[in-house]
Amino acid sequence: MRLAPGLVLLVAVLFVLSLLSGQAPVGAGQSLTALIAGDGTPLAVVMREIRLPRALLAAMIGAVLGLSGAAMQGYLRNPLAEPGLIGVSGASALGAVLAIQTGLSLMFPLALPLAALGMAVLAVLLILALAGPRGASITLILAGIAISALAGALTSLVLNLSPNPFAAADIVFWMMGSLADRSFTHVWLAAPFMAVGALLLASLGRGLDALTLGEDAAEALGIGLSGLRLRLILGTAACVGAATAVAGAIGFVGLVVPHLLRPAVGARPSSLLWASALGGAAMVLAADIAVRELLPARDLKLGVLMALVGAPLFLHLIYKTRKEMA
Amino acid sequence: MWGCVRPSRIIPLLAALVLTGAAAVAEAPQRVVSVNLCTDQLALLLAAPGQIVSLSRLSQDAESSSMAEAARAYPTNGSGAEEVYLLNPDLVLAGTFTAPTTVQMLRDLGIRVELFAPARSLADVPDRIAQMGAVLGHEAEAEAMIGAFRAELARLSTAPDRRPRAALYYVNSYTLGDRTLAGDILRAAGFDNVAAEAGLEQGGTLALEHLILLAPEVIVSGRDYPGQARAEEVLSHPALRALPGTRVAGTLTDRDWICGTPLVLAAVEKMRALRLSLETGE
Repeated sequence: MRLAPGLVLLVAVLFVLSLLSGQAPVGAGQSLTALIAGDGTPLAVVMREIRLPRALLAAMIGAVLGLSGAAMQGYLRNPLAEPGLIGVSGASALGAVLAIQTGLSLMFPLALPLAALGMAVLAVLLILALAGPRGASITLILAGIAISALAGALTSLVLNLSPNPFAAADIVFWMMGSLADRSFTHVWLAAPFMAVGALLLASLGRGLDALTLGEDAAEALGIGLSGLRLRLILGTAACVGAATAVAGAIGFVGLVVPHLLRPAVGARPSSLLWASALGGAAMVLAADIAVRELLPARDLKLGVLMALVGAPLFLHLIYKTRKEMA
Repeated sequence: MWGCVRPSRIIPLLAALVLTGAAAVAEAPQRVVSVNLCTDQLALLLAAPGQIVSLSRLSQDAESSSMAEAARAYPTNGSGAEEVYLLNPDLVLAGTFTAPTTVQMLRDLGIRVELFAPARSLADVPDRIAQMGAVLGHEAEAEAMIGAFRAELARLSTAPDRRPRAALYYVNSYTLGDRTLAGDILRAAGFDNVAAEAGLEQGGTLALEHLILLAPEVIVSGRDYPGQARAEEVLSHPALRALPGTRVAGTLTDRDWICGTPLVLAAVEKMRALRLSLETGE
C-alpha cells in the first residue's frame, strides 16, 4: 500500500518543520546542528528544551486523537463520533483542572493525567449509556452537547473560583488547547498513558472490521463485544485524558482525519486506525506550525485553527446524515 | 441621609476633628481620604497624625502594599464616589488612573481631588514626594525626605565594576524594560536589562525562546500568586535552568515597584545585594 510511506514521510517532514518554527529567527542548518550537538549554547537549549518537546507532543497528541476518533467511529459506526465533539475532551479538561486547582498535581504529578483519564472514562461511559451500542446520531450528538456544556461550565467555575488572578484566563487554554511552552516534563507525564491507550485501541482492529457486518455476525466470528467495549473505553480515555491533561482540549482532529482517510483505506476500520494515527499527527503538527507562523507574537490556540477546518466538515457531515436524524 | 448616622459614630469623629484641627496648620486639609494604593503610602509617610481619615482597601494587602502594617491603623474604603463622599473629606488623593467618573463625580460634589501620576522612573519619586508634601501642607518634611532619598539612592547606585545582564521575567512571559520603575530599579542596582536588546523599552511579552537566546546572567521573577495558573508555568520551565551561565534568582515583585515612594530604595538595595552575590560567585 502506498498510503503508509506517504503518511510517514508527511509526518517526518512536518516534524522537522515544527522544530524549525518559532519566535526566534534562526537559520535551519544552525538550529538542527545545535539540536544534535546539544552543547549547552542558548540555541541548543531552545531546540532541546522548548522546540523538541513541543514537536513531540504535537505528534503524539495528534496521533492518539486521530486514533481515538477512528476507533470510536468504528465502534459506533457513526462518522460524527469524535472525542472533542462528544464531550470526552471537555471532561478530561475538567479532571485536569480539578487536579491542578486542588493542588493534587503539585504533591503527586501523576494526579494530573490520572484525573483527566478518570473524567474521560466517566464521559465515555455516559456517552455509551446514552447513545446505545449502535450510537444513533441524534442521541450521540445530544449527549455530547450536554456533557461538553456541563464539563465546560464546571471548568470555568473552578477556574473562576481560583484565588489566582490569572486562572480565569486559563479557561481559553482548556477549551481550545495550546502547546506553547510545554516541556519534557509534559512529554514524560503523558507518554505512558498514551502508549497504553494506543495499544488498547490498536488491538481493536479485527473486532471493528467484524462489527461492520453487525453485532450478531461479529459475535458469530468470535468477537467478544463486552471486551471490545471495555478496551475502547479505557483506550480512548487514556489517550484523550493524557493529551488533554498537557495540552488542553484540541477538537476536531478525530473527526476530520478519519473522514479524509476513510476512502484511501477502502473504509476498513482496522486500516483506518493506523492511518488516522499518522494523519492526526500530521494535522496537529501542521496546525502547531501554523499558529506560530501566522501570529508569532500571540499564543493563538490550536483549537481555533482546528475549528476553522473541522466545523465546516462537521456541518457537511450533519447535512449528509440528516435523513437518519430526522 | 445624616439622620441614619448614629450619634455614637459622630462623637468620636467630631473629637478627632477638633484634635487635628488644633494641631495642624490653618489651611492644611484636615480630612484626607486616599483612594489609590500609591497615594495611600505617600500619605502615610507624610501626613500628620489624625490627618488621614481613610485609605484604599488595597493599602492593607501585604502582597500589594509595602506599608500594609502601617495602613492597618486606618479604616479603609472601596474607592467608590458614594463611599468617599460620605466620609466628608476636604481632600481626596487619587491616581491619574483612578476611574475618571469617580474623580469627576467627587469634583462635581465640591470636593478637592488631587491626582498623582504613577512613577515611571526613580527620578519621578522626589516629584511625587514634593507633590504630596504640598497638598498635605508638610513641605518641610517632604524636602527632608527628598534629601534623604537622593543621598541613599546615590550611595546604592555607585557605578559597579561590571554590569551583569539581567532579565525581569513575570507571569505570561511578561518583561519590563528600562523605561519603567522596575527597570530603573534594576539599572540603579547595577544591572543591564536584556529587554532593551529585544527592543522592549517599556516592557511587553518576551517569548521564552527569545529570553533563552538572550541568555541573561540572571533572571529575576515576581511573586508566586496563590492557587495555580498555566500563565505561571512558564516561570518553572526546565529551559530556564538548562542554561549553564544563567541563574534564576531574586524577586522583584509588584509591591516593590508599583509605587514611586522612598520605599523603592529597599528594592534597589535588594537588587544590589543580588548583583554583589553574583560577583562573589555565591
